[in-house]
Amino acid sequence: MAVEKLDSVTGTATTGHEWDGIRELNTPLPRWWLWLFYMCIVWGIGYVIAYPAWPMVSSYTKGVLGYASRDQIEVDLAALRNQRSGLVSQIEATPLADIEKNPQLLTATLQIGKQAFGTNCSPCHGTGGAGSVGFPNLNDDQWLWGGTLDQIQQTITHGIRNESPDSRQGNMLAFGKDGTLSKTDIPIVAAYVVSLSGRKPEGAHDLAKGKQIFAENCAVCHGDDGKGNPELGAPNLTSGLYLYGGDQKTIEETITNGRGGVMPVWTGRLDPTTIKILTVYVHSLGGGK
Amino acid sequence: MSTAESAEPKAVSPASVDDAPLYEARKDIFPQAVRGRFRTIKWTILIVTLGIYYFLPFVRWDRGVHAPDQAVLIDLPGRRFYFFFIELWPQELYYVTGLLVLAALALFLTNAVAGRMWCGYLCPQTVWTDLFYAVERLVEGDRREQMRKAASGEWNLERVAEKILKHSLWLMIAWWTGGAWVLYFADAPTLVYDLLTFNGPFVAYVWIGILTVTTYSLAGFMREQVCLYMCPWPRIQAALTDEHALNVTYRYDRGEPRMSAKKADAARARAEPAGDCVDCFQCVNVCPTGVDIRDGSQLGCIQCGLCIDACDNVMAKIGRPSGLIGYDTDENVKRRIAREEPVVRIIRPRTVLYAGLIVGVGALMTATLATRTTLGVSALHDRNPVFVKLADGGVRNAYTVRLTNKALEARPFRLEVLGLPDATLDVVGEPHRAEQSAVLEVESDQTRELRVLVTNPRALDNPSTPVRFRLTDITTGVTAQTGDFFKGPGSN
Repeated sequence: MAVEKLDSVTGTATTGHEWDGIRELNTPLPRWWLWLFYMCIVWGIGYVIAYPAWPMVSSYTKGVLGYASRDQIEVDLAALRNQRSGLVSQIEATPLADIEKNPQLLTATLQIGKQAFGTNCSPCHGTGGAGSVGFPNLNDDQWLWGGTLDQIQQTITHGIRNESPDSRQGNMLAFGKDGTLSKTDIPIVAAYVVSLSGRKPEGAHDLAKGKQIFAENCAVCHGDDGKGNPELGAPNLTSGLYLYGGDQKTIEETITNGRGGVMPVWTGRLDPTTIKILTVYVHSLGGGK
Repeated sequence: MSTAESAEPKAVSPASVDDAPLYEARKDIFPQAVRGRFRTIKWTILIVTLGIYYFLPFVRWDRGVHAPDQAVLIDLPGRRFYFFFIELWPQELYYVTGLLVLAALALFLTNAVAGRMWCGYLCPQTVWTDLFYAVERLVEGDRREQMRKAASGEWNLERVAEKILKHSLWLMIAWWTGGAWVLYFADAPTLVYDLLTFNGPFVAYVWIGILTVTTYSLAGFMREQVCLYMCPWPRIQAALTDEHALNVTYRYDRGEPRMSAKKADAARARAEPAGDCVDCFQCVNVCPTGVDIRDGSQLGCIQCGLCIDACDNVMAKIGRPSGLIGYDTDENVKRRIAREEPVVRIIRPRTVLYAGLIVGVGALMTATLATRTTLGVSALHDRNPVFVKLADGGVRNAYTVRLTNKALEARPFRLEVLGLPDATLDVVGEPHRAEQSAVLEVESDQTRELRVLVTNPRALDNPSTPVRFRLTDITTGVTAQTGDFFKGPGSN
């Protein structure tokens, strides 16, 4: 202990602590600061009693106020639904074709639609609806089952090739596997299909024969000119856009094994208004007719 | 400083150190009333600043039918800030940042020129505390009377009545302070009516309550404790002053050695050194923070100038020249001791720097404010997919485009995409599609978000082409632009 004295410069008493000749001045905190400290302790005790606080072995103390953050989320979600309900009921009451004409409804529809799409559709079609092999790109202007609002709504409502009797039906048959086309014919018609999109097929094939095979087997669904038929889900083969890939090998595979992608039925899972919102959202992505 | 330097190290008993309290009770301060130049200045500033604060929400400013007519309004639900002829949107918050930068620089400049003018005259803590002290003196009497009553410890009817009256007046001022605060956030006359008829929004009552409590406790009880313990500015300003800055200064060259007026006269008659300070403690008695200015510049001194008034009054009575305490610089005190000519140097590198920065920032803000347009366009490219190939060989990019109309009337705009001569523009929901440009109306004081599809009839060689969206006000021809890119598969 050093000799206690007043500091010569400031005239303040020192605490008696000294390190290498440096003495600590005694500058006490104000008394009200101490009161604040006690108030914080009282507040802390009150908080522990009122709110969930202590972890127990398999649960926790609930607090006398019964507050739970999960309840708060429920309240917030209810408030959100309440806030949206005006717009949603307006969307419900507006004919499908008129929603896009109302800027306010359109904005709301696209925002709600983006959420609904992300939750329900993006696992297959991708977050932006860009699709992937076997799952159509919803942004382009080529539609298997039609790109008008009504057609899109029909597709979402009932799905494609599922167990529902109302779902869209129509398969690409397995021409090779079931023996309709011979192994020699398939590469020829595949080469012809490649040529439909304006590209030059690989290898020397008799395209006239390919055209003949196409007319006999494929034109029923895909049309004489290969432009497809949305009634049957038969794709346009002239555009250069392919669901499963457009190289000659993949086309041969498609002809041999057939195709039949499934889209689930959404009635029952989603309410009609959500399906309506999703219809407008998909239509707005860019390809809507 | 002179008194502190003379203090000899004194030994105190070790027991007193161990018994020294860890916490210190507040020393009661009973500032005495004073008249004089600085008191008048402070009254004037108090009336003007509080007048502005309490009555500004009621000033009207005509903006037409589409906007509120309150001159100063922070419209939180509408996301707008109105200040007379200026209307700020949330994205223009940088103007507020600029104002804060200007305020900081102004503090630095005033500090370099004339000390803690902010603390002494303008700080809300000073102004409200000053007002509360005035109320206290009005009800309970001046310093001596208050001290006598506090020391006597008597609680007669009169004293109880005085305390009740004082606290009622304080609470009324505090309540009015909170009440004025909420008026900046809603139409003032309507809100006053709603509050009085108990139809006001709950949050308004909460804020009035909060500000009533803070004003009552900070100005009624915390007072100088805020300056001494809670405020960072006394610490910061110590680093901003220098020997040429005017500060409220006890001119110890003239005041020391202290002695009574009679003794000083006698000493002067014998041609012995005699100071003008008569040690009357008037400067300490009037001080709202309870410091002794004769100890020199210190953290507790807010430089309100009241000790100047008090000392000048005493000097007048004893027939000595005024200004024993006054605005002075450390440099000039030294110069007078050395019998040199005093200098006044307001133009110094630091003041020039601060002033230059203030002018620069102010000019920049004024220029951007004067040249900002009332329309705006921003574009956000779709992330997924970045581009779409179309059945006819074309390529399409999708953007979220936001049009901004800051004018207080609905306006038609023309939206074009520049940089792709063959491209067409589709706006989802608009009837005319696949054209070179689109005409779109935006409501007054609103933004409008659009989904815009840009289609080029063929794939471009470059996988990424810079494009610009141009928005034109059809009536005035004023334009706004934003840049983005048009993506494609490239030439492969």
